[in-house]
Amino acid sequence: MNHDILGRQQLYPVTIEVNGRSRRGHSTTRMLLSDYLRHELGLTGTHVGCEHGVCGACTVQLDGVACRSCLTLAVQADGRRVDTVESLAGEGGVLSELQAAFKRHHALQCGFCTAGILMSSTDWLQRLRQQGRKPSEQDVRDMLSGHLCRCTGYAPIVKALMEVADA
Amino acid sequence: MKPAAFDYVRADSAEAACELLARHGEQARILAGGQSLMAVLNMRLAQPEMLIDISRSVSLARIEIRDGYLQVGASATQAELEWREGLARELPLLQLAFPHISHFQIRNRGTVCGSIAHADPSAELPLCLLALKGSVVLRRGTRQRLLPADQFFTGMLSTARAPDELLEAVRFPLARPGQGFGFREFSRRHGDFAVCAVAAIADAQGLRVAVGGVADRPMVREWPLLEGSALDDALNEFAWALDARDDPQISAASRRHLVRRLGRQAVAEALQARNSK
Repeated sequence: MNHDILGRQQLYPVTIEVNGRSRRGHSTTRMLLSDYLRHELGLTGTHVGCEHGVCGACTVQLDGVACRSCLTLAVQADGRRVDTVESLAGEGGVLSELQAAFKRHHALQCGFCTAGILMSSTDWLQRLRQQGRKPSEQDVRDMLSGHLCRCTGYAPIVKALMEVADA
Repeated sequence: MKPAAFDYVRADSAEAACELLARHGEQARILAGGQSLMAVLNMRLAQPEMLIDISRSVSLARIEIRDGYLQVGASATQAELEWREGLARELPLLQLAFPHISHFQIRNRGTVCGSIAHADPSAELPLCLLALKGSVVLRRGTRQRLLPADQFFTGMLSTARAPDELLEAVRFPLARPGQGFGFREFSRRHGDFAVCAVAAIADAQGLRVAVGGVADRPMVREWPLLEGSALDDALNEFAWALDARDDPQISAASRRHLVRRLGRQAVAEALQARNSK
């Protein structure tokens, strides 16, 4: 662990294991992880909405745990693992179970919020599965309260999530 | 919505963080989960010269049972505590409160100590710490001091922590046999800041009721085992004593109504939990 003070003026190399590949870019101390992913690495699947943790659009997984990339500094993620929405589909663009359910239920329209919701839900459903718990519709709605969607009215998102949770 | 520039340094122990605080004190802020601080920085409501990042400190992330209390270290996340096996037995009040604390995605990174150090009057963890007669461990250099929650919270977003002190850990007293717990909250949307939140503890001796979101800090009252109109009167007196203000969200009268109503419900829940044991 380094105790060096990183000055505000300079760029620092930041290496992150992104979606299973080691990626290196440069960042100032104040650069947000969301901006680093989009502008340094060109991973524009992660969207930026409110930039203060409310809307949920920028949610990624840091060391497997869903969190806001707008409330994390790029330098904080140095040496860690980040998974973005680009990691979900398999070889040849085959949709993940959750993505396919979203498509089936029309759980997205403009798609702005979708990446964040998928990254949250993937972590959450996996954790419940490990504990052998099945979420109720109310549980799903509570989890979704961390995301703003302005198109769907949430009902189709809840349906898609319930279908995957019950599978 | 980008933070102003700052110097950044990682500290992997309480000693390292304190050394940096001693040198940079007022100009520096401790960064743990960042779920309050980064939002404040992004909106430029604060522009510290330096961030001391303790989020990766292993020694500060410990959650351990000690002599009658659960100690939570400065970098332990809310999710780590929430998903802890046995929490329902050890700290039933926290188990009731956790679903109301912001959102799953925020609790994944937000720290327990960070929320308590931030001291938002409507936050649930400061409320629970006060209700449970918990305490905080403050460290300056190699010296620690222990402060009870009612002396730690001093007002809106302000605490008794000195600029060169680190909030190293917090201590939640474990549930004792014969205690029952209740928690109620009203907010505009699930996970939003509480307009009013009430925590209640009942045991053989009496009631302890704490209210958040109304005064400039969480407040607490202790009563004997009141019932019926005596309980209503006590809650009403408490509601008026909190000095609720009108704000664009809700009127002072509505806030007092919530204290009475949620207070009643939380006390009933605590009594029922106590009796069902």
